[in-house]
Amino acid sequence: MAAPTPTEVEPTAAEKPESDEVVQLDTPWVTLVWNDPVNLMSYVSYVFRNYFGYPKSKADKLMLQVHHEGKAVVSTGSREEMERDVEAMHGYGLWATLQKADA
Amino acid sequence: MKRFKSRRRGGAHAEFEQPEARLIANLAAQVAELLANDKGASKADDPLADLVDMEGSTQPPEDPVLHRLLPDAYRDDDEGAADFRRFTERGLRESKSRNAHALIESLIAGGMSEPIAADAEGDTEAPAEPRVEVELDADGVQAWLRTLTDIRLALATRLGIEQDDEQRWATLPEDDPESYVHDIYDWLGFVQETLVHAID
Repeated sequence: MAAPTPTEVEPTAAEKPESDEVVQLDTPWVTLVWNDPVNLMSYVSYVFRNYFGYPKSKADKLMLQVHHEGKAVVSTGSREEMERDVEAMHGYGLWATLQKADA
Repeated sequence: MKRFKSRRRGGAHAEFEQPEARLIANLAAQVAELLANDKGASKADDPLADLVDMEGSTQPPEDPVLHRLLPDAYRDDDEGAADFRRFTERGLRESKSRNAHALIESLIAGGMSEPIAADAEGDTEAPAEPRVEVELDADGVQAWLRTLTDIRLALATRLGIEQDDEQRWATLPEDDPESYVHDIYDWLGFVQETLVHAID
């Protein structure tokens, strides 16, 4: 499993209290892809490369983790970013959800 | 079928027999129709409600196939799942439907024809039909990959396919209709596999 992308808090964040997104930056969210009996291993690996731009080694590792362990964290970031990733995964036909990283 | 091969100029091409092409087109049309017709459980019977309501459904679709094509984005957060659905479901339905129609268009462009009516007497053989030549650019490849996935998800949900259940299907009698559908499911997996390998 690759290290999650660290989420940087803008130095000026404290001066922008109007956005409650700022609060959420402290707790990263993750996109999970779940195993299903339908999707081809080759296709799942392809999706991870095509959408996330991961190298083949990382995409294959994540695909195998989904296959053997039932799920894998495929991306980390803000809630908004993870919703975008989940929507994209659903577009590819993969079964994906998002949640807080520590959940 | 002749498996998908990569093209020098990008994209991929394959050849299908006419009945194979019509089978894929038919299944793609069914998926598109399902996505267009069942608009989720929360809508009233009033057709005006659909026109006026610019936001999408917040309830998961009742049809298990649609629920698999449009799954919940949150596992333990009903409110989050409802919000996500409200803002994304319509777009996902539309893009999936567009992909299905793009697949059908590529089969038509490749020479897919209507089935030739069987001779009533059954004593003349239908003339050999030319194969359907499917030519896909990068967008076409995406439409095919995603639509083949959606069709296979739909068939698998209807059949109740589970992980490592090959034995169940292998032991079904050949004349069982589920056995026939499972063969189609397997074959579509093969078609998709050759497409993934062609573009990799």
